Parts: sequence; C-alpha cells; structure tokens
Amino acid sequence: MFYDVDLTSRLMLGTAQYPSPKILLEAIEASGAEVITASLRREGVAGGAFRDLLANSRCRLLPNTAGCHTVREAVTTARMAREVFGTSWIKLEVIGHADTLQPDPFGLVEAAHVLCSEGFDVFPYTTEDLIVGEKLLEAGCKVLMPWGAPIGSGQGLRNLAGLRTMRAHFSGVPLVVDAGIGAPSQAAQAMELGFDGVLLNTAVAKAVDPVGMARAFGRAIQAGREGFEAGLMPERDMASASTPVFGMAELA
Amino acid sequence: MRIELNGQNIETQVRTLADLLIEQGFESPCVATALNGDFIARPLRSETRLNDGVKVEVLSPMQGG
Repeated sequence: MFYDVDLTSRLMLGTAQYPSPKILLEAIEASGAEVITASLRREGVAGGAFRDLLANSRCRLLPNTAGCHTVREAVTTARMAREVFGTSWIKLEVIGHADTLQPDPFGLVEAAHVLCSEGFDVFPYTTEDLIVGEKLLEAGCKVLMPWGAPIGSGQGLRNLAGLRTMRAHFSGVPLVVDAGIGAPSQAAQAMELGFDGVLLNTAVAKAVDPVGMARAFGRAIQAGREGFEAGLMPERDMASASTPVFGMAELA
Repeated sequence: MRIELNGQNIETQVRTLADLLIEQGFESPCVATALNGDFIARPLRSETRLNDGVKVEVLSPMQGG
C-alpha cells in the first residue's frame, strides 16, 4: 500500500494538540490507526513522556517537516528525523503561505528530488494539481497526499471535483487525503472516492471527546473503503422508484 | 566563545558538538543535531568543531500532525 508496507487501517493519525498524553494514547488505540505522525522540535516540557509513548506504541511512525518554508529547512529536518526516529518515511511539507498553509509546489518537488535520491520514502503534502503530482512521481515519490482543505480548518473536501479527477488520473498510485478533514463523514467521502487513506489530527484532538471521535473516524474510514470496494451506484438526475409498480393494487 | 543554542545565546568553552550535548545535559541518543542549518549525523558530532557565533539546533521527537 505505502512503500511496500501493507496496513490494516487506512487512517493515519496526528499526535498534536491532545488534552493529555493519556488521551492521545487512548485515541490512537480507539482509532485503530497503525501510522501516527510526529515532529521534531526543540525539547519541550512533555518531551520525555511523548518519547515514552512513541517507544511503547505499536504504530509505525511518520515524521513530518511541519513548519518548514524552504527546501533547505525541509531537507535538513528530514535528515534529522531519519536519524532520531529510525525510519526513512517522511511526510514532506514545504509550506508556501502562512495563512493557508498551502504547500509550495515548487519547493516541494525540489525537496522531494533531494530526499528520494537519498533513499527516503517521501509522503508529499501537496495540492490536487495533476502536474505537481506528476513531477512528484518523477522525483521518486510513490505516494501523493493532496489536501482536503487548509490544515486545521475542518472544511472537508473543498475541491471534490479536483480530488475525483486526481483519483482517476493517478490510478494505481496510493493517494492519501491529508489535512482539512473535520468530520467522520468527510473522511468516509474521501474513501468512497477511492482514496487509499486519510491523515488527520485536529478533528480528533479538538473534539469534545477525542477518544470517541478517534473511534468514529476509524469506523467511518473503514465504512467508506468498504463502500468504495462494493461499488457505488451511479447518480441520477431524476427519481427512480425502488418499490416495484408491478402488483400494485387499484385503490383509487 | 559565544554560540546560539536552540535560539538562545550561551557562553561555552567546549570544542565540539558532542561535548556541547554533554555540557548542556542532552540525552545524546534522543536528539538530532544541526549546525548552521546543516544536519550533523550522530557519528560526526565528536569531530564537529564549534566556532564563535555558530547556530546549533538540538531537536527531539515531539507531537505533530
């Protein structure tokens, strides 16, 4: 599924902004996620506790380059992450705009070239732009992660048609909707479109009950995937009675 | 000599990055290091010399999305 790693769960869960490490751990368990994201920062107050959590987690780690605005920052962060997390997986973010946190596609492609050539398994946080996607694949990426909406906005799939086109264009390439998901129904929608996974953080961490929400997302993503695999019926403009007319009584 | 460590100006007498980590109490296996924006791999820390004014980043795994 992703760089020759097969996963049972198609949810990737972020680890930031939870009320406590305990709730984070419970949320990971409840979600069923097998991949969790992490970052590299100057050591903060709860650093030791978080390291313990990572060490005890059964999950695969996907370190990110969150907050990097240049190729150099992102590449250096990725190299540091590979050493300290002991994985070649990297969620590559090169941010182009401070308000929208929109990816900088030019920097992203450049950084992807560098990192892929150094043997990283790059998960690029990108837009739904097809040509950027092509360039990322040329650079050596074997997964693409288009945004649903700006990070942390909870708006869901803001460009549904664009994502649908992307799915059709990159058939066979693992695609993960990353960012902007606010509700389980939105995650299910991404899966019904045929996306291979969903990466989210804020929608769970900032829910009233993060553990309950984590479980809800896990189920929604599974339901969406099963719906996709079962084949959705085509949409129609007009109604079409589902109950047969044949055999209906004459009562008028 | 004066250097910048994680954004703070500090005074130190140590010569190498490895010695700086020891002096500042970092748990060496749990951190990743960069000098003036370039990654310094763990095996290279003991031969990486510090000069006046260098910027050192010592980063740890933290929560992220």
